[in-house]
Amino acid sequence: MPGLDDLYREIILDHYRSPRNRGELAPPAVRAEGHNPLCGDEIQVYLDVVDGVVNDIKITGSGCSISLSSASMMSQAVKGKKIADVKALVNRFRSMMGLDIADAETDVLSIDDDTEVAAPEVKLGDLEALQGVVKFPVRIKCATLAWITLTQAMAEVPNA
Amino acid sequence: MSFDGALVRKDFPIFERFIDGAPIVYLDSANTSQKPRQVIDAMTSFMENSYAPINRSAYRLAGEATDAFEAARSKVARFINARSADEVVFTKNATESLNLLAYSWGRANLSSGDVVVLTHLEHHANIVPWHMLQAERGIVLRWVPLTADGQLDLTDLTALLADAKVFSFTAMSNVLGTITPVQQLCEAAHAAGAIAIVDGCQYVPHNVTDVQAWGADFLAFSSHKMCGPSGIGVLWGREQLLDAMPPFLGGGNMIADVRLDGFTTAPLPAKFEAGTPAIIETIGLGAAVDYLSNLGMANVREHEMQLGSYAIRTLTERYGNDISIHGPTDIAVRGATLSFAFAGIHPHDLSQVLDQRNVCVRAGHHCAKPLMRLLGVSATARASFYIYNDESDADALVDALASASDIFGF
Repeated sequence: MPGLDDLYREIILDHYRSPRNRGELAPPAVRAEGHNPLCGDEIQVYLDVVDGVVNDIKITGSGCSISLSSASMMSQAVKGKKIADVKALVNRFRSMMGLDIADAETDVLSIDDDTEVAAPEVKLGDLEALQGVVKFPVRIKCATLAWITLTQAMAEVPNA
Repeated sequence: MSFDGALVRKDFPIFERFIDGAPIVYLDSANTSQKPRQVIDAMTSFMENSYAPINRSAYRLAGEATDAFEAARSKVARFINARSADEVVFTKNATESLNLLAYSWGRANLSSGDVVVLTHLEHHANIVPWHMLQAERGIVLRWVPLTADGQLDLTDLTALLADAKVFSFTAMSNVLGTITPVQQLCEAAHAAGAIAIVDGCQYVPHNVTDVQAWGADFLAFSSHKMCGPSGIGVLWGREQLLDAMPPFLGGGNMIADVRLDGFTTAPLPAKFEAGTPAIIETIGLGAAVDYLSNLGMANVREHEMQLGSYAIRTLTERYGNDISIHGPTDIAVRGATLSFAFAGIHPHDLSQVLDQRNVCVRAGHHCAKPLMRLLGVSATARASFYIYNDESDADALVDALASASDIFGF
């Protein structure tokens, strides 16, 4: 069995203890809510997109260290990015989690436009720390909850 | 009847398995129980020697299989002190039993404005079927609330039950371990003119069950939580009520006659058993009932009271205010199913760390989200003990929790 050090990397625990971008955003920011029906975790993602760029993102909800740290790192990674780049990042993250790109059409995490899939130049930065989650398959759903919810939020953005 | 914990454990082959060189500390029996050799052998032997269709064919082998199947029904009837084996209907599990009641009894007897009373302890299986009926029929749901320590607050029970048609409640909470006063609740239901449905999924595997002493009308439970296989469950009901109910699923076995213009139903219990049932699993359930009966359910309860008390005491002594065990503290009104919060660590993370020591606990909402909301949590960690557990399992849980606090540092 892989060691817990692979899972609970220091940067993950740091984001868990001090989550970034916590809070809510008022409209016109969009809001999406995600649930992990398995464990009851829930997350709300508030996304403010101006001219195709993520102007601000805030997150509320409750969850385990993996889901909350993933959400926190995600919020840092997407803030200030163009929506097209965010979508590429979602696919890159998806790929790191071992989710099959070929299944993309049937999966809620999929981005079904012309975005280049899993472009290797997309930098994950701190998010690389979540790589170890793949060794604990039960926890992949924890790591992807925020990303699924972000994808839903992007779908809510008018003209995105 | 005798109960020797060390001997009981030896009956369960899974405990011969080691993971990463260490034994398994299985504390998830409220979820599903492990299986003793006696059950495994009964199912294997039945498949090897006696397997055939039941209730259909005239040859001897089929007769043997039918006899074995019906013997299991009689064992279950005796186990819960049913008046007759005809009152025992085999289903897929307790969830199906409760759905059968909401669908069949509910649709025949409930219409807009009729009141069904549930409690805040209920599992989704005793909530959602009534929600579905609410959406379809416009029935009204009322809820018995909880006291601060997770027992049913019966202060306003009479008012809640006024004009109610159904009172459906758990005999033991799958989250808090709370054991409810079933007999008193059945009496209160009847005094109000309601039927009493008991969800015995958590209670029956751990306690002496006597549906006649309770004065219950219906009882639902599952085989897989009481050492039997999954895929088979029980609906017990008073014969008069079952007789008056329309059938649930239609098909083979449940009919007396079928013509082009309609059908008539078979007598109980076949009326509610459409199609080929889980034959092998039913044999397994019969063997599980034999196994538990040999141990003695009073002995099982005694064992779990001692073990539950020990676990609560050692967890509290070791961790003080860092651990909070939900539900009643008095073992007389609770089973050895312990949901707890530990040092602000999320249950998923706790479970992950405990798994490193092969300590298997459930982390999640336990299919009781309304109760989770009342507790103000999205999830709990739950350690649940059974006949094959002993104090060393409780000690392993206590020790493993220390490594969680090491990682998450408080």
